[in-house]
Amino acid sequence: MNKSQLIEALAKAENLTLKKAELVVNAIFENMAEALVRNERIEIRGFGSFKVKYYNGYKGRNPKTGDVIEVGGKKLPFFKVGKELSELVDRS
Amino acid sequence: MALTKEKLISRLQTQVGLTKQESRAVVERVLSLIKETLASGEDLLVSGFGKFSVRQKNARRGRNPQTKENLILRARKVVVFKTSGVLRNRINGVRP
Repeated sequence: MNKSQLIEALAKAENLTLKKAELVVNAIFENMAEALVRNERIEIRGFGSFKVKYYNGYKGRNPKTGDVIEVGGKKLPFFKVGKELSELVDRS
Repeated sequence: MALTKEKLISRLQTQVGLTKQESRAVVERVLSLIKETLASGEDLLVSGFGKFSVRQKNARRGRNPQTKENLILRARKVVVFKTSGVLRNRINGVRP
């Protein structure tokens, strides 16, 4: 399923116009993205939580040429699945 | 200071112009649609945010690090999340 299918499913289930459903779905993910950009955690019971983890830089190698390259540190969100969703997915 | 469901509901209420009840209903609905999709084994791709997918894990021998007991982890299905490149760049302050 992609975002537009999610929008259609929401519109149908809640009797909304496609326009409104699109606003809602975009706003939900934009609020979540902005929280992560601010380094804030997201915690949604039954679904899961996100937190931004910092990964240190390291010296890597270009596998083709063997050249040593410096890989900079980076931040990446980590998703921990919630109990309810985890059980739901495993049981099916 | 974490973003919780309650905070999401109240932000959506002002941002989209909904009543509290409407906002709660749509947030709960979106979450249950996502859960149903993943429970059916289907992935969910949200462009600009990331992809949630279901991965099959084989059974393997494991060990409880605290009790040092050996145990067998049965085959199971788990949800994994891959961040979209767009969001990764935003988090790392990379201009598009």
